[in-house]
Amino acid sequence: MEEHLVDWSRAQFALTAIYHFLFVPLTLGLGFIVAIMETIYVKTGNLEYKKMTKFWMGLFAINFAIGVATGIIMEFEFGTNWANYSWFVGDIFGAPLAVEGILAFFMESTFFAVMFFGWDKVEKGFHLLSTWLVAIGSNLSALWILVANGWMQYPVGMAFNPDTVRNEMVNFWDVLFSPVAVSKFLHTIGSGYVIASLFVIGISAWYLLKGREILFAKRSMIIGATFGFVTSLFLTLSGDESAHQVALKQPMKLAAMEGLYEGKTQAGIVAFGILNPNKTLDNDEHPYLVEFEIPLALSLLGYHNVDAFVPGIKDLVYGNESQGIESAQSKIDKGKIAVAALEAYKEAKKANDDAKALEAKSTLMKNMHYFGYGHLDKPSDIVPPVAITFYAFHMMVGLGGWFLLLFGVMLYLATKKEIENYRKWLYLSLYSIPLGYIAAEAGWIVAEVGRQPWAIQDLMPVGIAATKISTTNVQISFWLFAFLFTVLLIAEIKIMTKQIKIGPNGGH
Amino acid sequence: MGFEALDLLTLQHYWWIIISLLGGLFVFIMFVQGGQTLMDRLSSNEIEKTMLINSIGRKWELGFTTLVLFGGALFAAFPLFYATSFGGAYWVWMAILFCFIIQAVSYEYRSKPNNFLGKRTYEMFLKINGNLGVFLLGVAISTFFSGSEFKVDSNFFVQWQNPLRGLEALLNPYNYLLGLALVFLVKITGALYFINNIDHDAIRERSVASIKVNMIFFLIFFLGFMAWILSKDGFGLQDGVVVMQKYKYLHNFIEMPLVMALFLIGVLMVVVAVFVTIHYHKSCCIKTGGVGVVLTVMSLLMVVGFNNTAYYPSISDLQSSLTIMNSSGSHYTLSAMGYASLMVPFVLGYIAYAWYSMDRVKMTQEEISSPDAHNY
Repeated sequence: MEEHLVDWSRAQFALTAIYHFLFVPLTLGLGFIVAIMETIYVKTGNLEYKKMTKFWMGLFAINFAIGVATGIIMEFEFGTNWANYSWFVGDIFGAPLAVEGILAFFMESTFFAVMFFGWDKVEKGFHLLSTWLVAIGSNLSALWILVANGWMQYPVGMAFNPDTVRNEMVNFWDVLFSPVAVSKFLHTIGSGYVIASLFVIGISAWYLLKGREILFAKRSMIIGATFGFVTSLFLTLSGDESAHQVALKQPMKLAAMEGLYEGKTQAGIVAFGILNPNKTLDNDEHPYLVEFEIPLALSLLGYHNVDAFVPGIKDLVYGNESQGIESAQSKIDKGKIAVAALEAYKEAKKANDDAKALEAKSTLMKNMHYFGYGHLDKPSDIVPPVAITFYAFHMMVGLGGWFLLLFGVMLYLATKKEIENYRKWLYLSLYSIPLGYIAAEAGWIVAEVGRQPWAIQDLMPVGIAATKISTTNVQISFWLFAFLFTVLLIAEIKIMTKQIKIGPNGGH
Repeated sequence: MGFEALDLLTLQHYWWIIISLLGGLFVFIMFVQGGQTLMDRLSSNEIEKTMLINSIGRKWELGFTTLVLFGGALFAAFPLFYATSFGGAYWVWMAILFCFIIQAVSYEYRSKPNNFLGKRTYEMFLKINGNLGVFLLGVAISTFFSGSEFKVDSNFFVQWQNPLRGLEALLNPYNYLLGLALVFLVKITGALYFINNIDHDAIRERSVASIKVNMIFFLIFFLGFMAWILSKDGFGLQDGVVVMQKYKYLHNFIEMPLVMALFLIGVLMVVVAVFVTIHYHKSCCIKTGGVGVVLTVMSLLMVVGFNNTAYYPSISDLQSSLTIMNSSGSHYTLSAMGYASLMVPFVLGYIAYAWYSMDRVKMTQEEISSPDAHNY
């Protein structure tokens, strides 16, 4: 495959995914917040809550449009840039995407129109139902796409078919209820709820700082902080479960998240640390320049057992017999056997040599578990970029802790005190809006960079997955996307900030 | 009895029907795209233009969603097509995607203050989407009949043979026929929709006038397209080998009378819808015309997919051509997804209900001018 092609294909996918995920989380959470506000309006008949609903709904729409625009690219890019991947696992991977379309997107888009234009056209109850259905629809779409993503991280429910040279689904429920998919879904929607809450309390804080829309801002603050506090707790729990799943299914990712080179029992978590840039796989430098460790925490978090052995990067690359960890070289050897056996099988089939085909197939199936390793060159290929994964993980966790504290304080101030007097906290709320986005993107980076080099864990490295195309084509489309999405992002931010300045009373 | 009990060939046919239905629904809902190109011609002032844009603006997402579902269903049911066509004809699909990205933001951002690019730019985006996006889709679908330049290797990985990566379809003049037919068709359905949805005499009159003109262009290109496919050699499957067959698509129509009936009824419904609108001043006809469009597109996709035909043929290597048999998902996936497809009528049902509830009363100038309206 052409040099750099894979890097550009990855860059383009990363670019579109990062842009898309700037908009998705707000949609996931704000949908529910708006639905809660409208429910209060319908229950109490208080028109202030109707105004509140309409204001936040307006911001929802601005964000939603660009989320849709970036989302369509994500779906089609599997085909355009990862064509080999699309064949190799399309039989499994395509299903959740199709179900997403049928079950989620239509619900979202149909009731979106009712929610925005139906205020005077349909009954109150039907309108409220529509608002809830938009929120549920967008979260359902998150479910299906994260089932697909979870499957890439932990492929289950399928079997390899050498005749079609692809993996084929054998159990839909295994794919849907994969523990990785479930924890990933819960954690990701949790992050969306937290971002939406940060968005609501941040903007409410800005009004309070300006001395505008006081009653509106206080009410929004209470709803936002309550929703944020509850969902932050949920985010912490689902994050714990996600880390546990990573430990079990993707130990290399966990080692990279912690910069752990030498495995150990009773491993601690480096709560704060700076990596030593001179550290490589093969030297004995200390991995950190600065470290502050919480003892036992990693064994506990990863395996729910303080005495558990947490494998380090070296254990996974070179193997660790005492812990029963196979070396990457041994896996690569078996993988190469599998790849060769597949070729032998195809040859034998062509020659109508059934005996040979049967033999090749049996060799293939014995080593199929290592198939992806057959495409790697050297053991160190299985190590993801450690620094990016490490810092992204720590940033995410640190910010998550801060958000929980912030929601708690703001909820207390909004209900028990004269909140407008606590200007520092109001400023902190405002400045935490971008932090929410940073945390969410960092989470994606942990998930996606940390699993490199795999497009599908242990089955297909990204290098094989990419469409065969000259690199220039992907470079051109990369820059086109970068330009277009940046322009649209600027437009979105400008429109959004203008609408916030105009405010819920139309600037009066 | 469930989907598991059906044999693979039946499931492949079932799924091709579903894909054809989605394709038909997508072309129908592209009245939104057609409407986008008419916003200047059918309006004489800003309020009228705003009415037009808001009228279709309440439907644009359905089209977008249908496109996404069309992609997802192809991925699940015919993954080799998904990999081969999207990965191979890279630039055609990229160009189509760009035309749709710019649509998605334009409604919401067009009339908002401080929108960075200005109203005219967003309106231009809508026109690009409605003209170029639709045209390119037509060209892409036309390659189902004209063929593409690719090989599929022993791993079923696509090797595209032309460095233009799909844009070479534009070098074949025959592909323009369907592209342009589609462009004019959606202008007709767009106008039919406006007539149905907006209560405004001048807009109605201009819509009728535009239908008259666009119908002529549509007929020229559509009949040209039909003449081309009915007279050309097609890519047939004979004893497991793809061969060129004389009048393949004509034979397919004749050998599948049900499909031919579907086609004729579909075309007739479109013609009747247009005729009744022009001569009897009815506003009903987006429904009749819409069903007609769905049936026509469905029948064309069935002609190219059924009766041992390669629906995505390769002119570089005939044996690399895709048929519904060699490009489909596994028996398990097709049957599992069969259950998911049962949701389609339910989804269509609630869309129709929501649509009915929203459009019971036609859009008026007063509604759009009301101070607390959420306008695009």
